[in-house]
Amino acid sequence: MNVLYFAWVRERIGVPREQVETTARTVNDLVVELRAREERYAAAFEDLSALRVAVDQTLAEFDAPLDGVREVAFFPPMTGG
Amino acid sequence: MRISVQEAPFDLGREAADFAAGRADMGAIVTFTGVVRDLPGDPLEVMEIEHYPGMTEAALTEMAQQAVARFSLGDVLVIHRFGALKPGEMIMMVATAAPHRKDAFAAAEFLMDYLKSRAPFWKREVTAQGSDWVAAKDEDEVALDRWS
Repeated sequence: MNVLYFAWVRERIGVPREQVETTARTVNDLVVELRAREERYAAAFEDLSALRVAVDQTLAEFDAPLDGVREVAFFPPMTGG
Repeated sequence: MRISVQEAPFDLGREAADFAAGRADMGAIVTFTGVVRDLPGDPLEVMEIEHYPGMTEAALTEMAQQAVARFSLGDVLVIHRFGALKPGEMIMMVATAAPHRKDAFAAAEFLMDYLKSRAPFWKREVTAQGSDWVAAKDEDEVALDRWS
């Protein structure tokens, strides 16, 4: 699965994207796995209320299932316009 | 309907003129343009805009389709830039065409409210003091709520 990071989430984790081998069934499960990796992940995912997630390029909730999903992205609330 | 996510500047006059040309059935054309605003007291050197290629285009297309479905629109144009922009540069524009002005204005506001908090762009302000990601505003979520 491709996992992408944007804005300060990207800066905190240190890479814009990576390939992740996972058996996570939901976004929440994936977050638990990533947090356990290293301190920089724990720091980025410390407060989920400050984060948004997109699953296959569509905004989703953290309880969204990951069956058949190819791409998950984590980022702060968007500031377009 | 045209959606453009681009690094290059755009020519507001030409875009608006092209959009408005040859529409005898559309009595109202509204355009909105967003400009990089300088920061009082801590001059802005540059505003960096990051986006999510692929999702950005899809999200903007979906918003434009929603606007067409919701209001009596003949056409929509959305241009949004990314990259490093200086104060005074144009960041984005929307244009809407409708038979009557009420729909054209409302659709432009609808698109702006969605763009602010549902299009995957992130702004960072760089000044002599350092740089900071622009935080999303609660009032932008409130603005979005009125359309639901």
